[in-house]
Amino acid sequence: MSETIIYLDNAATSHPKPESVIQAMVAFMREVGGNAGRSGHRLSIEAGRVVFEAREKVAALFGVRDSSRVVFGQNATEAINLGLKGFLHRGDHVITSSMEHNSVMRPLRALEREGIELTVVPCSREGFLDPEKIQEAIRKNSRLVVLNHGSNVVGTLLPISEVGGICRNHGILFMADAAQTAGVIPIDMDKEKIDLLAFTGHKALFGPQGTGGLAIGRKVDEKTLQPLKRGGTGSRSELEEQPDFLPDLCESGTPNAVGLAGLRAGLDFILGVGIEKIRDHERKLTARLIQGLLEIPGAIVYGSGDAEKQCATVSFNLKNWAPSDLSFRLDEEFGILTRVGLHCAPSAHRTIGTFPDGTVRVSMSYLNTEDEIAQTLQAIKTLARKGA
Amino acid sequence: MSLGVILFASTHFAIRAEKLAKEKGFAVKLIPVPRHLSSDCGVCLRFSWEQKGEIEDTLNQARVQMEGIYCLD
Repeated sequence: MSETIIYLDNAATSHPKPESVIQAMVAFMREVGGNAGRSGHRLSIEAGRVVFEAREKVAALFGVRDSSRVVFGQNATEAINLGLKGFLHRGDHVITSSMEHNSVMRPLRALEREGIELTVVPCSREGFLDPEKIQEAIRKNSRLVVLNHGSNVVGTLLPISEVGGICRNHGILFMADAAQTAGVIPIDMDKEKIDLLAFTGHKALFGPQGTGGLAIGRKVDEKTLQPLKRGGTGSRSELEEQPDFLPDLCESGTPNAVGLAGLRAGLDFILGVGIEKIRDHERKLTARLIQGLLEIPGAIVYGSGDAEKQCATVSFNLKNWAPSDLSFRLDEEFGILTRVGLHCAPSAHRTIGTFPDGTVRVSMSYLNTEDEIAQTLQAIKTLARKGA
Repeated sequence: MSLGVILFASTHFAIRAEKLAKEKGFAVKLIPVPRHLSSDCGVCLRFSWEQKGEIEDTLNQARVQMEGIYCLD
């Protein structure tokens, strides 16, 4: 078994994390450790400051002026569930695309059984969405459109600005799932007319697992939002009713302050490097990988094939190879870690024509190098030559 | 010297207020909410009463929602 590791599963979770992220979490555990917003002593207040700073940085990243409108949760999935279940009522119509992850599809299918109407707009085989099709799907009772910003299967970027404009013109809420793009592709909620932005902390934002949240645009009336859970918030303690203001409305129970300490450091890292530079590096790696794969006899690359039109996630297969065998051999013989299968996105695989076998997915981060991509291409070439 | 406190709906606003006030050089401190003012378990911002107007202006300009301002005397 190979000793060295090339980690190419960053669309699942980024690894490694910057050292500063680890240090921030250790420092929180050792020196802060209080429960944010719960008590009046210095360590509780200090924990509150950590959470506050993380919130301010996320708000700044997405162009949110009032950081109280960023609510933290476990991950993007929780944020998507909050956005969907929090705003939708029986009889409402929702529009989404065929490229969505199950974090969107499963809550929507459950809501459909509870009386919500759903339209899934088909995307092209490359994973592209024609915004016109969203326009055409709008009905009188359309309440919300939800779209991923970048596909977790093939990296294809969806036209969120265009769809945001269409939704705003029709008075429909627009939720974008930025799990794959936050930290790599610049996002401005105001400019792109995004009402709800679901993000995760543990991918390109370089925070730890168990961090994420929903940024709520200023045009959204939070009084119409039902939280997923209710409980202690450290505020309005005399009342047995949930506070109706953000962020407390949606943040019951002890927050993951140690995780948010890490997320804050992750945000400092990416803001220090600069998103443009991160995107440039990832684009270069993606272009190199796609080009290299296309030169391997028997390789099939899915998606756009154009690094400009996607994030750093590439799906491929080798002729006569089961994706699972290929991924396993890359791990065992070369220490190259990829992800195989349907990537929690059966609808996206149907769209690109790889259901039910799936693909081998290579997903890169800013911390991957060109040399690692060259080694990966060499390993795939070697296996392709050997045969399954 | 009289002291006052500003109460906020959420810790988020209390910490935001503290940050803004400190940036302006005001001597403020987050303390537990005095029991006679509220049964809230959170914190409030203590300040020098003679700076009440200036601090209030600073927070209003930054649109920090305040729940109440009290003199501690």
